[in-house]
Amino acid sequence: MTKILTPSGRAPGNTTDSSEPVRAGSQQEGINAMTEAMTELDEQLNIDNETIKLTVDDLRLYYGNDQALKGIDMKIPEKRVTAFIGPSGCGKSTLLRCFNRMNDLVDICRIEGTIRMDGDDIYAPKVDVAELRRQVGMVFQKPNPFPKTIYENVAYGLRLQGVNDKRTLDQVVEDSLRGAALWDEVKDRLHDNAFGLSGGQQQRLVIARAIAIEPEVLLLDEPASALDPISTLKIEELINSLKEKYTIVIVTHNMQQAARVSDYTAFMYIGELIEFGPTNEMFTNPKEKQTNDYITGRFG
Amino acid sequence: MDMTNLDKHISSQFNEELERLRTMFLTMGGIVEEQLSNAIKAAVDSDSKLAHEVMAAGVKVNTLEKRIDAECNRIIVRRQPTAGDLRLMHVILKAVSDLERVGDEAERIAAVAMDTFSGTQQTNLLSSLESMGRHVLTVLHDTLDAFSRMDSETAATIHLEDKKIDREYESVMRLLMTYMMEDPRSIPKVLNVVWAARSLERIGDRCQNITEFVIFLVKGIDVRHTDFKQVHEEARGNKQKGLEG
Repeated sequence: MTKILTPSGRAPGNTTDSSEPVRAGSQQEGINAMTEAMTELDEQLNIDNETIKLTVDDLRLYYGNDQALKGIDMKIPEKRVTAFIGPSGCGKSTLLRCFNRMNDLVDICRIEGTIRMDGDDIYAPKVDVAELRRQVGMVFQKPNPFPKTIYENVAYGLRLQGVNDKRTLDQVVEDSLRGAALWDEVKDRLHDNAFGLSGGQQQRLVIARAIAIEPEVLLLDEPASALDPISTLKIEELINSLKEKYTIVIVTHNMQQAARVSDYTAFMYIGELIEFGPTNEMFTNPKEKQTNDYITGRFG
Repeated sequence: MDMTNLDKHISSQFNEELERLRTMFLTMGGIVEEQLSNAIKAAVDSDSKLAHEVMAAGVKVNTLEKRIDAECNRIIVRRQPTAGDLRLMHVILKAVSDLERVGDEAERIAAVAMDTFSGTQQTNLLSSLESMGRHVLTVLHDTLDAFSRMDSETAATIHLEDKKIDREYESVMRLLMTYMMEDPRSIPKVLNVVWAARSLERIGDRCQNITEFVIFLVKGIDVRHTDFKQVHEEARGNKQKGLEG
């Protein structure tokens, strides 16, 4: 009887071992791995299947007589990364700042419509704005550490809340710095001045400071635009790990960054939300012509 | 240039995605390899059940081809791969369609086997394919191994095998022609076997394409449409240069 070579399942893994062909396990294992891979791919994001953290209803915002936001309706899903993209002046940062009422600080700013977090209107009169800002943390374009030690920067929010127990503080500082992927780089110099850190490290320090008070939502306003490419990738990797615990909203004028970090993308143009959807779909097959033109660099 | 560094990106997600893509490609390769092995066995042993299995596996291969394309698309959009990562996308997108064609050819061989079961004296005819079939199967196997190890030197060696397959094809054809000349009534049946031989020869070409992609992936040199000797030298010579640099 004839003997035919039998195939072997090639499993992934060790690409460096050159002495033996990479053939771990059986054909069946390979097929199992494939099925697993397919299941993951099947997991298509759909806003209808998400828990909604923030709901924006017909939000209109005026700076004096100028209308900056023209009736925005949007749902921000919980524990996902949502990116706002759009040309300068489209209102993306303005919208971001509405989520922790930073616009309250602008005298000529007037807001109509509602934003609800977990169902509660954050613009209701009874809302404690300081408490809201504790729940909704924010990180800005330029790292803004306080002129204090690394340790004190992270502990600052807790001290404000009246926490002074050293052991609690030590623990929170370590956890937050680990959470911000900075611990290993600074653990031996916690009591050095924060200004001695590099820009990328400062930005991660600011993120550590923001997560030390355990917010629910993190707003990031172009968090990596002042950083070099490697620091940028580190911040992006950090954002990816933070979404397990926090709802993240990021404004970026770097479309590639939005494609890399976000689960959902919102495209805004002159105060209007043009398109909102899963990032994969937005960048492979956008529904609106304006979105298509913008992401392909055809915007006139 | 070091293609063993697929898992060294700052973005751990990117690492996972590339690894997953590789797994999918190699899984697809494994299925196609099994298809070919079964197709040859089915033809030689006149096993129609096995031939049906070859057909059934084609569905899996087609699904995987589409998945892999979609995944490459997604990675290109979301990770903006560069250098070796970009070549990996390019190579997988192209190799996957060669691989799918190999699967199609295997199905064609299986179909020939099914077609001829009714007739007598087919076994003789079909076993003339056996040796060539085994050779092509080894080449496919080694090609996929070279891909999985990203080994351009082995790829260059396998690249040369296609010449041998072509010669085997010629001798099989000569043999089949003598059958036809001896007994013209056998022509329809022998033609079936000719198609199967032709399919095997085509699979050899597809494997050769894939070895060229492996060289491109590892060395960044496009060796398509150059002569064999040059391919070989590029794949080896440049490796030494690479080591020195």
